[in-house]
Amino acid sequence: MSITLNDYLVLSTIIFMIGMYGAMRRTNLLMLFFSTEIMLNAVNIGFAAISKFHGDLTGQMFAFFIIAIAASEVAVGLGLLILWFKKHNTIDLSSLQSMKG
Amino acid sequence: MFEVVAFYLFAFLTIAMFSITVMTKNALYALSSLAAGMIFISAFFFLLGAEFLGAVQIVVYTGAVAALYAFGMMFFDSINDVKESVKNPRLTFVLTGIISLIVVFIFVAPVIGANATAYYPSHPEYGNVQDIGLVLFTKYLVPFEVAAVMLLVAMIGGIILAGKKMDISTTLLEEEEIDNCKEDIQIVKDVK
Repeated sequence: MSITLNDYLVLSTIIFMIGMYGAMRRTNLLMLFFSTEIMLNAVNIGFAAISKFHGDLTGQMFAFFIIAIAASEVAVGLGLLILWFKKHNTIDLSSLQSMKG
Repeated sequence: MFEVVAFYLFAFLTIAMFSITVMTKNALYALSSLAAGMIFISAFFFLLGAEFLGAVQIVVYTGAVAALYAFGMMFFDSINDVKESVKNPRLTFVLTGIISLIVVFIFVAPVIGANATAYYPSHPEYGNVQDIGLVLFTKYLVPFEVAAVMLLVAMIGGIILAGKKMDISTTLLEEEEIDNCKEDIQIVKDVK
């Protein structure tokens, strides 16, 4: 008995589902950022597993660039979030609604 | 055998940690369990023989991203419970399952179906770090440079966005000056 590619892909799917559940359930913007991080990590596991089991380095390259993108996303996103909090004193998702309908 | 035990142990730990992140009402619990989950994910990279990626995961995610969230959280009222307004939690749960399964199948089906051959085959005799360095600085040099520029842009953007009105240091001011500052800020807000 050994771990195969499918095991890693199933794990990646489960973590992706957890992240997506968070993204659909949360209304706090900070918690939404956490959920996107979880989803990005799930995809990274999938890339690394495929890279290992196909003997190809491209998957690891993609995971590497995804990590770089996640880092810059956090920097800009958190800056915007701080601006929004200073202006409106809340980071609730419903405070972004400016149109009444 | 060791690999199987480690895989299931870390799978359980990661799923538990991320479930806490998603379910909890306390923002600080969410942050710390997210950081723990990131470290547990790096264990999978080490199991998969991607040592470089595992080290990068620990350094970038738990060193930079979690620390950045911790600093950002000081601006927000993180002591209060996070308010949620979900009308139908069960529907959300089912919808999430269906959507993410569809997404995963759409992206995984071509991978399984295609008889994929390695573009840049890995050389176990070099070691993972040398191998990644060879591919990264030959085949992926342009994306690497673009990622560097993107990180620079993100850094400048973050500083400019978060650093507004931070030229006044309240710790260096006297009491009356702080009160005056607050009044000024209040006036600016009222005018807006």
